[in-house]
Amino acid sequence: MNEKTNIPAIEMRGVNVAAMRDATFLVVENVNWSVAAGEAWVIAGQEQSGKSDFLMLAAGLMAPAAGSLRILGNDPENFGEAELAERLRVGFVFQGGQLFSQLTIVENIALPLRYHKNLAAVDVAAPVALLLDRLELTPLADVTPANVAPNWRLRAALARALILQPEILLLDNPLAGLGARHRQWWLRFLDQLARGDEMFGGQPMTLVVTADDLRPWQHARRKFALLHDKKLVPLGGWPAVEASSDPVVKELLAFQTEAAAPA
Amino acid sequence: MRGNLAKAFEFTDTQVFRRAPLPRSYTDFLGRKLFLFLLTVQGLGAFALITLGVILKKSGVAKNVMRPRLRQETARAGVALLPMFFFVALALGFLVVGQTVSALAKVGATSYLGSTMVIVIVRELGPLLAAMLVLARVGTAHVIELGTARALGEVEALEALGIDPVHYLIVPRIIGMALGIFSLTVYLILGALASGYLFAFLQDVPMTPGDYFKQITESLSWLDFALLALKTMAFGFFIAIVTCYHGLAQPLRLEEVSRVAVRAVTQGVIVCVLIDVLFIVLYLVA
Repeated sequence: MNEKTNIPAIEMRGVNVAAMRDATFLVVENVNWSVAAGEAWVIAGQEQSGKSDFLMLAAGLMAPAAGSLRILGNDPENFGEAELAERLRVGFVFQGGQLFSQLTIVENIALPLRYHKNLAAVDVAAPVALLLDRLELTPLADVTPANVAPNWRLRAALARALILQPEILLLDNPLAGLGARHRQWWLRFLDQLARGDEMFGGQPMTLVVTADDLRPWQHARRKFALLHDKKLVPLGGWPAVEASSDPVVKELLAFQTEAAAPA
Repeated sequence: MRGNLAKAFEFTDTQVFRRAPLPRSYTDFLGRKLFLFLLTVQGLGAFALITLGVILKKSGVAKNVMRPRLRQETARAGVALLPMFFFVALALGFLVVGQTVSALAKVGATSYLGSTMVIVIVRELGPLLAAMLVLARVGTAHVIELGTARALGEVEALEALGIDPVHYLIVPRIIGMALGIFSLTVYLILGALASGYLFAFLQDVPMTPGDYFKQITESLSWLDFALLALKTMAFGFFIAIVTCYHGLAQPLRLEEVSRVAVRAVTQGVIVCVLIDVLFIVLYLVA
């Protein structure tokens, strides 16, 4: 719950999620799910299970086909210009980064801050440089996204989402396609955000990530849910995931099982 | 923000008509075309109104970001096209103005020169040619850029960051194109009239520069200046609306971008001709 007001960070009641590309097709039905402030959730599911659509809805970027969604106590349908500050408490990282191709990496990261605070590029140079440094992006600052490897593009998208210091951060399959070194970096960095990072206000950040492979996400503090067959099934902590007899969960853990199995 | 784009496109899912089987009769075909036309007009109208609303409502928002964007778009639809327009003005002067002056001089009808030039160059050919050239050079770029941005999810990324895509992507393009076409038309007209006299001079037409420009200025009225400004701004506004609408309409796929660009240019030409007709009526009434 939100420490100040006991309001859940995200709350869904009887929510139906439609596909973004086809509003008539439901990808998830009747979701009843609540995320308390400071929690870290992993939404696991196979490909095409609707993870991205579900996450976009959870961020308030899509309206529910049915049911009620509240983000930090507000109905995102009512987010207008007056509620912009509330809207900006939620950050989102797309699976492919979705950086603006006409802008350089540094311009991409600076844009939200400049736009919302009405600042010139020189005025945001210091905080952007700090973030670039923290995310090891400084050498790529003046390069356009097309000339950056996908690993780093995704990291730049993370920086762009973090520049506004959101309280809730949603990440769509952030580990997909990453090399081992980058994967370790992401897990460490997200863990740091979940514990609270001085650079981003010091409070534990509420995290929701989607994943199609559960193995890297093993962590006692994380909560897990399974998205399968148009249903969202909360599983609980990692021990519950390991103990689950659901064949889909087992499949999402398959590599671990294989690795653990005797030769 | 999210609502602005959704509102513009919610009534305009014309795909349902395009996917329909081939018409069984000519009336079916005409009916389908009529529905498509009406839906397109409705979509463009909604998009134009929403954009106007955003221009008025957010004129003071994020000035430090939007002013450079505006300068960039104005330069692209204006200053960057000046060399091409210089060439076109020369060509227009040599091919049309010069020959007209020469022909009028041969039949001793040089007293009609001023009114002929004003009607042909100032009212019609100058603005229309400028609009077509900017549509070809910049309008197509709008469709491709916005269509690609849409297909790559950049529009959703803007919404996720709380940035209104209509404000950030569309408004600078519309203002830039309106200002660009207006300015380029003025340069095109001046260039064409000057080079036209040069061509006539080379053909030994017995007319001094003073007489030539005096006739033209005497044929111009305040209405010509006012309607020229209005017409070129309208060209710019509606060309940008058509091209931006097609670039952003519906979640495009990358392979659809080129097809949509062709459709946008066709509709842009039609819109320009319709605006031109409207202004001819205005000239006749005024």
